[in-house]
Amino acid sequence: MPKLLSGAEIVFKALEDQKVEYIFGYPGGAVLPIYDELKNHKSIKHILARHEQGAGHSAEGYARSSGKPGVLLVTSGPGATNAVTALTDAYMDSIPLVCISGQVPTHLIGTDAFQECDTTGITRPCTKHNWLVKDVNDLSRILHLAFEVATTGRPGPVLVDIPKDIQFKKGNYKFFKKTLKKKLNGKASKKISNSELDKFIDLIKKSSKPIFYTGGGVINSGPEASKHLRELVSLTGFPITSTLQGLGAYPGDDPQFLGMLGMHGTYEANNAMHDCDLMINIGARFDDRITGKVDEFSPGSKKIHVDIDPSSIGKNIKVDLAIVSDVTTLLKTLIKRFKEKNKNFVNSNKQKISKWWEQIGKWREKKSLNFINSDKIIKPQHAVQRLYELTKNQDTFITTEVGQHQMWAAQHYKFNKPNRWMTSGGLGTMGYGLPAAIGVQIANPGKLVVDIAGEASVLMTMQEMSTAVQYRLPIKIFILNNEYMGMVRQWQELLHEKNYSESYTAALPDFVKLAESYGCVGIRAKTPNELDEKIKEMISVDRPVIFDCVVDKAENCFPMIPSGKPHNQMILGPEEEEEISDEGKVLV
Amino acid sequence: MTKSKSAYSVPGKIGKIERHIIVVWVDNEAGVLARIAGLFSGRGYNIESLAVAEVDKKKHISRITIVTEGTPQVIEQINLQLKKLVPVHKVADFKRGEKDILFRELAMFKILGNSKKLEKVKKICKKFNPVILDKTNKSIVIQVTALRAEIDKLALDLKSLGLISTSRTGAVAMTKGSRIFN
Repeated sequence: MPKLLSGAEIVFKALEDQKVEYIFGYPGGAVLPIYDELKNHKSIKHILARHEQGAGHSAEGYARSSGKPGVLLVTSGPGATNAVTALTDAYMDSIPLVCISGQVPTHLIGTDAFQECDTTGITRPCTKHNWLVKDVNDLSRILHLAFEVATTGRPGPVLVDIPKDIQFKKGNYKFFKKTLKKKLNGKASKKISNSELDKFIDLIKKSSKPIFYTGGGVINSGPEASKHLRELVSLTGFPITSTLQGLGAYPGDDPQFLGMLGMHGTYEANNAMHDCDLMINIGARFDDRITGKVDEFSPGSKKIHVDIDPSSIGKNIKVDLAIVSDVTTLLKTLIKRFKEKNKNFVNSNKQKISKWWEQIGKWREKKSLNFINSDKIIKPQHAVQRLYELTKNQDTFITTEVGQHQMWAAQHYKFNKPNRWMTSGGLGTMGYGLPAAIGVQIANPGKLVVDIAGEASVLMTMQEMSTAVQYRLPIKIFILNNEYMGMVRQWQELLHEKNYSESYTAALPDFVKLAESYGCVGIRAKTPNELDEKIKEMISVDRPVIFDCVVDKAENCFPMIPSGKPHNQMILGPEEEEEISDEGKVLV
Repeated sequence: MTKSKSAYSVPGKIGKIERHIIVVWVDNEAGVLARIAGLFSGRGYNIESLAVAEVDKKKHISRITIVTEGTPQVIEQINLQLKKLVPVHKVADFKRGEKDILFRELAMFKILGNSKKLEKVKKICKKFNPVILDKTNKSIVIQVTALRAEIDKLALDLKSLGLISTSRTGAVAMTKGSRIFN
């Protein structure tokens, strides 16, 4: 008979068998037996956050930059509720997370016990699945299933709620490898048929105004997917644009790349999406920041949609060819079949799409990302450009918070590799970037990790600087400080007659002194002249840095598609701002 | 056309609303009904009626029959989203009015009245497989099985005859002939 293990031992045994190296967490009454067991498992390192939300975002940053699931350990009640934002964030952006939460002992469940909450009830809509473990003999099966669910099909967060008495109880441990009876999330159960591939190739050949529109699915499919994507784009000679989450899958400085699309995407990317006759969506989900007004979205195009999640297909936009598949699998088989019959396609097809490229060239001439620079005051776009120029020659990982700075980072920082760009897109969580940077640095020791931040966002999880210092993680918090919630202020300017209601932050901390009090390095840049030197100083310091980059307070993020407008009606700059209708105001 | 400069787009055209019956086979485990119901409420889908019971004691499989309304796009989403849930084994979807599908709902009525009225009650229930479950000289509990609309109408008719209490199930469904759901 196998040796019986306590629930807490089973947790670690399962984590070891899943090859988990790091867990991000915060102890509390209902998880103490698990924390007690930590000392006996040297291969697993615990990173102590300062708030469970921070632990969750760190686990997300770890997962996104390493391709492995992030593991989160929290206590019952407030521990679990604090983790909800991170779980929802991971759910929206398809990040594999396994959250283990403590729960009050089984006999107290339902009695409103101290630090009790209905954790599985609260997290049901923000996880792929969750479990409340009521029998210690179910624990190992559930934990392995949890890892499988989190990482299979479209990845996402899961939660295992373990009552304290179950953590003490002895039970059997077994390593379950594949426990799922069915293919989760419709992970391409059938092989992609040749007729599907031929239809795909036929559409490619017939098109004279094609565009690739790729998203986070390419990143989630693994680094191989990016390689294949590059090959396919080069085989076809077609232009390519990417969503916010897909940046890095295709080199940002390649001439075939039109930049990001969507609400703050480039003029050429959005116009090409609107006017194309073939749209090839690979691993993106026709999000509302991308489509704008659905009825007027790319009216004249045939659309191909490749997605691993069948429920993503046809949810927002009807398509002509839908393929439910992992991106790598699809691209591999497609490229193989394409090459068999279409040798030298790029050259033979050049003529056919030359007019399209000409048109794209005209759109490009608008230089929609341009801004009026200044030699007196640092423009935020300029700051991001300088950061890019000074870091592009080393392998750099960028995280962001949410707001204007995030869009400027996406527009002006060029990514050449997947898994280098971690941003909260779906949920739009302010406070994401700093803790995410911690997770990224854990997964990538020795690499440069920069959180391009806004001063409002970063204050939401600033306490995690303490974590960075404790574990000697030399993350760089690059704050574009305009003293406003910039994106809120921008919308108030455009929509609410410049009534800047509550979007100015008075009494901001002195970020340099704040850095010092945390025991890290504070740097401030106030003028364009000193910017480069200060950035270099930030990069060279082998300690965590808070960089207070004092930027223009009034700068707005352009270009933009006002929602409700189709892609070909972008606002390029402040001079084009129009009157706003009352109907429009209601919809914010 | 609505003009908008908002951070969200204006609603597009809404398609034709259809009524569907969706049958879901699930593991009969704690919280499974909450997952299904939560999916519907969370994504703004309707539940008109819902019937659930375990149908396979050995494998602990429950069969849930949901009557819902939505545009074809929404119905498709309901199907796909349901299939993603871990405890869901399979999902079958039928349009109300499909010919080879049987639907039934069950209702119990309690009627108070004299024997003359109660005779009348029995008469108008005749078409709907009535079963007298309980009878006294001034009351009757009668069970009928029929389609939703028929039960609606019956309940209306019984009102004047002394109907004081109604209890109804959601619809259950099954295919005709040898065909089974898959």
